[in-house]
Amino acid sequence: MSPAALPDPLLIAQHWREAGRDVAIATVIETWGSAPRPAGSYLVIDGEGNFEGSVSGGCVEGAVITEALDVIGSGEPRMLEFGVADETAWRVGLSCGGRIRVRVERLA
Amino acid sequence: MRLDTLVALNAARAARRAAVVVTNLSTESVDVVVEGAIPASALSDEIVNVMRSGKAVTVEREEANYFINPHLPPPKIVVIGAVHISQALARMAPIAGYDLMIVDPRTAFATEERFSGVRVVAEWPEDLLKNEPFDAYTAVAAFTHDPKIDDLPLSEALKADCFYVGALGSRKTHAKRVERLMEMGRSEEEIARIAAPIGLDIGAASPAEIAVGTLAEIIGAFRKRELAARGKRP
Repeated sequence: MSPAALPDPLLIAQHWREAGRDVAIATVIETWGSAPRPAGSYLVIDGEGNFEGSVSGGCVEGAVITEALDVIGSGEPRMLEFGVADETAWRVGLSCGGRIRVRVERLA
Repeated sequence: MRLDTLVALNAARAARRAAVVVTNLSTESVDVVVEGAIPASALSDEIVNVMRSGKAVTVEREEANYFINPHLPPPKIVVIGAVHISQALARMAPIAGYDLMIVDPRTAFATEERFSGVRVVAEWPEDLLKNEPFDAYTAVAAFTHDPKIDDLPLSEALKADCFYVGALGSRKTHAKRVERLMEMGRSEEEIARIAAPIGLDIGAASPAEIAVGTLAEIIGAFRKRELAARGKRP
């Protein structure tokens, strides 16, 4: 791979796991409306919150990383859903107006 | 996902083989299926479709939901001509996720020094093609406008159904090229697939700007490629 290429999340997940680190993989399963990253996009997270890749344009990554740390702890996969930011709360959301479903699993 | 499943997936990707990850969303089991080794199941037709389209889908089969995520070989750009435009394209393409290699028999042009970080082959294209034929995941961009170097790979690219074939040169240069390609046995329909003059019309003036226009055109050809019409992969 050329040095200019962007990092490959799935290779990084493999290398992290092989080095003994805890790893979670988040995958965009479904999108509705305008969503920044298509279904199939990956974000990989290690047990210390390091991450590579993306599931949105940076809007919900923080929340996914927090959930990923729980999934690493429990080993149980989770399905997350994010929509337009709720105006009455400080909930994270997608400012683009789309909705996405993200599955988070531990790399065993 | 288990680590050995991920290792199998990454190995298929490194070998430029199409693969899909199948996640049973009901049982949470995760499997990798590689092209040429698709097991017969209620999902096999859907897996073939996803390998063709390159689009992830969720489907329901036998009261379970499955997520099928494709991993197609990264599109590869073969640049004919180690010229100034190629130097700019060689730096941009990897950022966009496209492998790129340079072919030029003129050893004064095809040097590692002028193209650090990408593969440079100082050979005639016909010699390279004997060992590494073009495939449908390949884009060919010819920049020498020397018929001795460009014509044969352009003809081979059309035969191999490369997803993009582009050639630098004015309309007049291209008109002569069309005649030569017809003499080489290519049909009018095939030749019409060549993007010439090369690159999106953005008024590009410098070599780097022509490279931007060319890369944008290659991305467009890959993302909008007609799967059903041509009936071939990708």
